[in-house]
Amino acid sequence: MYTLSLSLNQRAALLSVLMLVVGLLVWEAVIPGQKAVGELTEYEILTGAGAPKAGVPLPSDVIAKAWEQLSDPFYDAGPNDKGIGIQIGYSIYRVLTGYFLAALVAIPLGFLIGMSPVAHKALNPFIQVLRPISPLAWMPLALFIIGDSEASAIFVIFICSIWPMLINTAFGVAGVRDDWVNVARTHELGALKTAFTVILPAAAPTIVTGMRISIGIAWLVIVAAEMLVGGTGIGYYVWNEWNNLDLTSVVFSILMIGIVGMMLDAMFGFLQRRVTYVE
Amino acid sequence: MKPYLSIEKLTQRFPDGAGGDMTVFEDATFGVEKGEFVVILGHSGCGKSTIMNILAGLADPTAGSVIMDGQEVKGPSLDRGVVFQNYSLLPWLTTLKNVTFGVSARHPEWSKANVEAHSTKFLAMVGLDGDVIHRKTSQLSGGMRQRVSIARAFANHPKLLLLDEPFGALDALTRGTIQDELLKIWGQMEQTVFMITHDIDEAILLADRILLMTNGPQARVAESVEITIPRPRSRTEIVEHPNYYAIRNHLVQFLGKRSKELAGQPMQPGEMNKPATIRIDKTTPSDDPEDTQTVLRAVNS
Repeated sequence: MYTLSLSLNQRAALLSVLMLVVGLLVWEAVIPGQKAVGELTEYEILTGAGAPKAGVPLPSDVIAKAWEQLSDPFYDAGPNDKGIGIQIGYSIYRVLTGYFLAALVAIPLGFLIGMSPVAHKALNPFIQVLRPISPLAWMPLALFIIGDSEASAIFVIFICSIWPMLINTAFGVAGVRDDWVNVARTHELGALKTAFTVILPAAAPTIVTGMRISIGIAWLVIVAAEMLVGGTGIGYYVWNEWNNLDLTSVVFSILMIGIVGMMLDAMFGFLQRRVTYVE
Repeated sequence: MKPYLSIEKLTQRFPDGAGGDMTVFEDATFGVEKGEFVVILGHSGCGKSTIMNILAGLADPTAGSVIMDGQEVKGPSLDRGVVFQNYSLLPWLTTLKNVTFGVSARHPEWSKANVEAHSTKFLAMVGLDGDVIHRKTSQLSGGMRQRVSIARAFANHPKLLLLDEPFGALDALTRGTIQDELLKIWGQMEQTVFMITHDIDEAILLADRILLMTNGPQARVAESVEITIPRPRSRTEIVEHPNYYAIRNHLVQFLGKRSKELAGQPMQPGEMNKPATIRIDKTTPSDDPEDTQTVLRAVNS
């Protein structure tokens, strides 16, 4: 008898595809198609009843939309009509700028907090108060002080991505085994050399985990921030399409947000595997 | 004439948590000659590791000083290499890189190729060569890891090599093999070694001299037992030597009984905490062949 023998990955992939297809079919089936507009009275036509009503789009509509958008992602036809590639590009640019500024502050500061118990105790109250503040709560203050909406969005990303990196760096550095630090000491390594050749690689898995959490949060926040500041970016795009009642574009952009977020996470996942070591 | 490594009136006290002080040891005074292999034996908690940390410069004594080669020991230094019980290899580096890490710290002026060649040579001396040296240390067995650690320490030619229970975490068979490796590499290098151990047989096999510590607190370095068994030694041959069991019995007696009896006695005023030299040698020709008494010559220096 012929038996189908598939590897674990193949079986999982098969199941994923199956779930996708079933999901899409159910979606397609439960959404009633746009009713054919029958005979309308003159009054109805005048009041706009004949215009197609917005409804939840069918998967086939979304796929058609995706095809249309992705085949020309970088067109620019004015402030309210830019390709998805340009919108995502703006968002990624803001996220990465705010994120790297945050890393530039958080990682050295985390080292300081991790290595000095005094610094830890002194800074901890500030961290504990500032950390739970929703990044968007900073927005009015940022807009007022900075004045520029673009820079305010970057500031919001900065402030939301700093905490996981700061806390994880401090935790990782403080947790470096004394034995390894002693190895550095008995080899007469200077403070800087010890930091780079022993403490950084030892704490790297924890630090990169913090960086991975931060990039995830930054990507969540940018959508909301751009809805507020407007102009460009994927968040603004979603809101703009909602105002246009183009739900097909809304669903399509939601999907794109998910895909970009997954790719950002995968990048840090790769970095994490690179720096992880087994004791 | 001071010995090469001179430990003078070393005292260590820690707060006992009740407002007072706990004296681990007081006024400990002893010396180690250049090229000598000295082992310190004692029960857990007698302060062996504290002495080791002070010698390594990783801890500061409450009082007293350590003078090596005419200079006072202050802080850690490349002149004092340490092999830790838990190997202390850097797990994100390969075996070879763990050794080059030490060598390039010792010789910053050497070229990369030179550092690697030197490191490879010392890894080969402890029996590690070929593919193994490019593996991460997490892929090595405990015994192999300790060999890497030993190679790293010897490759730096420290003036003093400190071994902190280096074989404590290894099984008996592996321990035996690596003791042999250690003897071999030590024989080639004329390295001064100070080692902590719990294992009496290991101490006899390796040491020129064994320092015996009483139990803590207020531990004393009570005796310095010379190992009167000629080198090169091998574990199978030394047990045949007439001095072996005499020395071993003396050590067992000390650790089993006298370390407790002598423990906890505060210093008398003017008394020196200095070990008495014990020399046990049954090979001295005796007139009476029936004489089975241990020839015990205690010389207080």
